[in-house]
Amino acid sequence: MSRDEIDIKSPSRRDFLGVSLAAASGLLIGFSVGGRVWAQEVPATPPASVPKPKPNAFVRIDASGPITLVLPYVEMGQGVYTSQVQLLAEELEVEPASVSFEAAPPNNELYANPFIGEQVTGGSTALRGSWITLRQAGAAAREMLIEAAARRWNVPASACHAMDGRVIEAASGRSIEYGQVARDAAKLPIPTSPVLKTPDKFRFVGKSTKRVDSPAKTNGSAIFGIDVRPPGLRYAVVSACPVFNGKLASVDDSKAMKIRGVQQIVKTDDAVAVVADNTWGARKGLAALKIRWDEGANATLTTADLVHEADTALRRKGLIFTKEGDVAKAEARAAKRYEADFRQPILAHAAMEPLSCTVHVKADSCEVWLGSQNLARAHKAAAKAVGLPPDKVTMHNYYLGGGFGRRLEIDYVPQAVLIAKQVEGPVKVTWTREEDMQHDYYRYLNNSRVTVGLDSAGKPISWRHRVIGPNVMERFLPGNTKDGIDLDVVECAQGPYDIPNTLIEYTRNEPPKGLGAGNWRGVGPTRNVFVVESVIEELALQSGKDPLAYRLPMMNKHPRPKAALELAANKAGWGHPLPKGSGRGIAVFSGFGSHLALVAQVDVSSSGRVRVKKVVCAVDTGFVVNPDVVRAQMEGGIIFGITAALYGKITVKGGRIVESNFDTYPMLRMREAPEIEVYIIDSKEDSGGVGEPGTTGAIAAVSNAVSAATGKRIMTLPIEVAKGEEG
Amino acid sequence: MKYSINLNGKVREVDVDADTPLLWVLRDVVGLTGTKYGCGIAFCGACTVHLDGQAKRSCVTPISAVGDAEVRTIEGLHETPIGKALQQAWRELDVVQCGYCQSGQLMSAAGLLAENPKPSDADIDAVMSGNICRCGTYVRIRAGISRASKLASESANSSGSGASI
Repeated sequence: MSRDEIDIKSPSRRDFLGVSLAAASGLLIGFSVGGRVWAQEVPATPPASVPKPKPNAFVRIDASGPITLVLPYVEMGQGVYTSQVQLLAEELEVEPASVSFEAAPPNNELYANPFIGEQVTGGSTALRGSWITLRQAGAAAREMLIEAAARRWNVPASACHAMDGRVIEAASGRSIEYGQVARDAAKLPIPTSPVLKTPDKFRFVGKSTKRVDSPAKTNGSAIFGIDVRPPGLRYAVVSACPVFNGKLASVDDSKAMKIRGVQQIVKTDDAVAVVADNTWGARKGLAALKIRWDEGANATLTTADLVHEADTALRRKGLIFTKEGDVAKAEARAAKRYEADFRQPILAHAAMEPLSCTVHVKADSCEVWLGSQNLARAHKAAAKAVGLPPDKVTMHNYYLGGGFGRRLEIDYVPQAVLIAKQVEGPVKVTWTREEDMQHDYYRYLNNSRVTVGLDSAGKPISWRHRVIGPNVMERFLPGNTKDGIDLDVVECAQGPYDIPNTLIEYTRNEPPKGLGAGNWRGVGPTRNVFVVESVIEELALQSGKDPLAYRLPMMNKHPRPKAALELAANKAGWGHPLPKGSGRGIAVFSGFGSHLALVAQVDVSSSGRVRVKKVVCAVDTGFVVNPDVVRAQMEGGIIFGITAALYGKITVKGGRIVESNFDTYPMLRMREAPEIEVYIIDSKEDSGGVGEPGTTGAIAAVSNAVSAATGKRIMTLPIEVAKGEEG
Repeated sequence: MKYSINLNGKVREVDVDADTPLLWVLRDVVGLTGTKYGCGIAFCGACTVHLDGQAKRSCVTPISAVGDAEVRTIEGLHETPIGKALQQAWRELDVVQCGYCQSGQLMSAAGLLAENPKPSDADIDAVMSGNICRCGTYVRIRAGISRASKLASESANSSGSGASI
């Protein structure tokens, strides 16, 4: 969603408005993050109906000492709690380990992601979104605390500094704890342009400080959305119509109501839920229901129908996204032309924590507990579903047991609210794994047609790429579309290569109504880099060149990915001979503000089984706030990509998703996990995103490695190798 | 039906149907939510607990099958030397990402080290392949188990007592 062309506004232009809430207990400080880029859905000023929420802050210092940091970006594994704490703690001059932290409440005015204009964690933007804002918040709080201490001592603020939670006057050596001056500090005006530390003074930023969530996640105390237990809680399990866009016709609950613990059957337009005194009772109740669905128009749909539509779209001319030079002319004079089609399947997110939302609808208010990447939108949807103004609806966000784009969607929130409206007291609505897998916002079918004109030496002189896919952004984030083109779908449709004539086209192909298409880890680049890098590798082989030697001379205008490629190739021992049935493959690209190169090495057995042995990844992600978090994201992103490359495929039969659990939608397991080496390139450039590009690169590098091993180009995902094709 | 289970060293009385999986007894009835629901068919390992020191998938273990076995969950893992060593190794190496599967990973790892205090990478792969991590922390889990194996043997040597689960 975030793209390189979208800059965060500079701090001086930021609508840097302090809201000093003179909390009796101490200092509370917050800032408005103005300068939104995509503000279509967000009014410039909050509507009068929305009162200023109370804990709207990044830093809270209690008079008795404890410091709490309020974190606008949610933790779903990507380490962003840790990096946000690093940024705030750095400027506030406190040890990261000495503070506590909590998730921010919904508030677009205070916590909007400057890349997206809403309080969203996604698109590998969180670190980039918080880089200035959180440091400003920490620095402003520091300056106010110093000022308050200086006034108490009757010395100039310039004679004092802050360190490890204390204000210190160097000359006298006296010092005072933050908590003791917090009340005074809260009465001071918030500095409009606090002085940020220069990178050479950083003590925590840039270091592999320990993850702040490790202790809670290793002793069972971390609370995920699915874990909340408000007093008087009941448990619901839900089944929505398995056929997309179908409705609930009727339910015979005579058997279900006899099951012990079952309290209530709740119906909505398209779903039925069983409420019981525990989840197992609810599951048994659901299994005992006789449900009749009105399956509607999609009842006979199969994968073959959808694939046929996407294939037809391959022949449909699209909207022109970018055009450079004259592709038609170059194609006409080309010594040789290469054209190929690529097909990518439907994928589910399958986060480890199935969707869950707990709701308590009271007479004139509502409380919601969940894990969401998109809290402000979830808040709005909950308020609409319950029929109350947003200020009567309180949201509590928890750890996310994986997001990968699924928890950007808020469908499970109004569904839970509509169920809770019919239940006395709080009710937790949990989706079974089967429900989660069969009612996803899927990564939808994506096809590509690439046409390349080559000179007599086999070098590309033109690049034409027609991308076929749904326009997810039109629904999800209209600001990320332009003239009917989903700007995500076409991201990375050409590689970091100097090709003079290029044409990128977008042909829209939507799933049938009711089959949700959404954002999936790595979004557009993940689909396009597989295509681009497959084509480049094929062109190298067809012209008799080594894929590395073929790429490098075409990358002179792209020094950062080129340097990454040289490093990765070197570390991977590119060119060293491999036994029969083994192969290496490259992927190199710029995306999410980062520049990556991966070299994968695979073995293909005589039965056609692919085993990824090793992946070497070089990443230039600009200035690195926490190197170990970057490494972890590369390792995890690569595994996520390998799962998709080898196994990922959702199919449709009778208008239903066929796959239902990890037995039919397999995940990579430990015995299949390759050795992974990550090299981080030292850089002072602006930070890029790291949550997604590992996945992007892995799919492409692995499929190229398999092609190298078998001699047969992979043009359809997931990778399938027939018996005896091991090369 | 009334059952009395020995849970993390304490006796707990619960009143549930005989077929209720231990997972839901722990999460919904007792209120220990560290044990996670992931698949309900023993395919992901997120719900792993110990019964008499052996790793079991609680999502397919009915309460009626628990009997008087000692049940240990992630909340009681720190009470064993191996559990302590694993938690320390996990924190040293920052193994976790989203963390949802990690209770199950740690319980499976503890079961492995109790049986095999010095596992090879192949031993680790064989046992741990029953636990899915969607964030892809496998490389660090493997390293974490090796590290914990060392930590546990060091502490056993220094205290002179054998590691026990």
